[in-house]
Amino acid sequence: MNITQQIVNAIWLGGVYSLFALGYALVFSVLGVLNLAHSAVFMWGAFIGLVAVTQLNVSVWAAIPLAMVVSGIISIVLDVVAFAPLRRRNAPRISQLISSIGAAILLVNIAQLIFGTQPQRFPLGSIPSDPLEGLPVRITPIQIIILLVAVTLMAVLQYLVVRTRAGQAMRAVAFNQRVASLLGINSGNVFRMTFFLAGALAGAAGVLFGLAYNTITPFMGDSVALKGLTVIVLGGLGNIQGAVVGGFVVAALEVFSIAAGGSNYREAFVFTLLFLILLFRPQGLVGQAAQTRA
Amino acid sequence: MSLLDVRDLHVSYGAIKALRGVSFKVEPGQVISLVGANGAGKSTTLNAISGLLKPVRGRIVFNQTDITGWRADRVTASGLVQVPEGRQIIATMTVLENLMLGAYPRTDRDSVDADLESIFSRFPRLYERRYQRAGSLSGGEQQMLAVGRALMARPRLLMLDEPSMGLAPLLVNEVFRLIAGIKAQGIAILLVEQNARKALQLADYAYVLERGQIVQEGDAASLREDARVISAYLG
Repeated sequence: MNITQQIVNAIWLGGVYSLFALGYALVFSVLGVLNLAHSAVFMWGAFIGLVAVTQLNVSVWAAIPLAMVVSGIISIVLDVVAFAPLRRRNAPRISQLISSIGAAILLVNIAQLIFGTQPQRFPLGSIPSDPLEGLPVRITPIQIIILLVAVTLMAVLQYLVVRTRAGQAMRAVAFNQRVASLLGINSGNVFRMTFFLAGALAGAAGVLFGLAYNTITPFMGDSVALKGLTVIVLGGLGNIQGAVVGGFVVAALEVFSIAAGGSNYREAFVFTLLFLILLFRPQGLVGQAAQTRA
Repeated sequence: MSLLDVRDLHVSYGAIKALRGVSFKVEPGQVISLVGANGAGKSTTLNAISGLLKPVRGRIVFNQTDITGWRADRVTASGLVQVPEGRQIIATMTVLENLMLGAYPRTDRDSVDADLESIFSRFPRLYERRYQRAGSLSGGEQQMLAVGRALMARPRLLMLDEPSMGLAPLLVNEVFRLIAGIKAQGIAILLVEQNARKALQLADYAYVLERGQIVQEGDAASLREDARVISAYLG
């Protein structure tokens, strides 16, 4: 097998996984709950991007931000409908988790109703797909675009969380909601903003994933959902840098297991990793026992 | 007009009645102290005023606005700022980030930098450590940071919950000097302290809280001489 080629594949796929997992990590870090409807928002992002390109005839460049905004809004609705009522009642986290599973099923079913269950594709030529010439490895423009968009969005997120006033409010709420409220921070607004950001990242990941594999179905979130979970467990739940690193690790594992001839077992490799981490290093590879959240 | 007027405040934790009709006032620029044993309802009073607890009955009027039932972030934004028990600084953020968060609700962004400078000149140690994680500070420094962060909000009334708790005697004196300095600036203070002796030296007026009710009140100077107060809290 060609190692360099596999590294290239792992890098762009890792970009998508990281982007997707960042949404999980953000919500977990600020609210302390797993949002299992995140993968449904990812799937919706892919469809919105597809509809934008095929029905509204906009370019992929315009479809990505559009899908991000709409996915962000879907994600806010998710918070308002599935999480906020439980938070107000001080419901245990497990209730919120179960509520998010219900929301995920609903979102997938709505997508089935609207888009059907047949796989759909971006039209040919939405994005140049011929491999770049004169390189020792096979790299397509879409792979470069995916990586660039993913890395740019991660950098923007890092800037938002660390440098801006809104990001500091998020970190304060993540640390302690009660203390944040005494500082004059409206935690409801912070939660909605967190869900918007998470949804926007999922939407971008959905469009990129849809472009890369060019198979968009209401069920495309399923396998990514579990990989995303593996990523954040690997990186330390709620740890943003960890989610980025974890995304690339999981992608590398998957790509190399395919290259090693284990295509049928690639998910088994990933979930064996999840199993081992949970057994031996439940705080994640990057995090410490007491990790910095958000 | 009083700056803060608390009337007939009742707060319950489930079936347990923590406050049973607490009334008191804070005038502009005054230091008012709530004295009482553990579990008397001192922190509950502050948390109800801050909007962290919803009163069952009673009214809280601040700056001539009825703030009863307001969300905590709104109460803080209105200029009524609490420094909670146990400092509660944000350990994962730097000293500077903590201070800037104090100014979060302010709309006059331009004067924030000037206030930051004055906080740093008041607490040179915080300036030296401004890029360190707040969690790495000593207990005394964390208390300075918690007070500095609250001052960054430009409070009209500062509520301090056990500011000297867990500090070495030398640092306790420093904290009380700090509170005296804030008073001299003209900021009203509502002080909850177990160290009643120190609190009564600093306060203008004090209320004694017992089992959720105010059982005694008076000028701090006269309470310091009061036989009952001496035997219960100063002995």
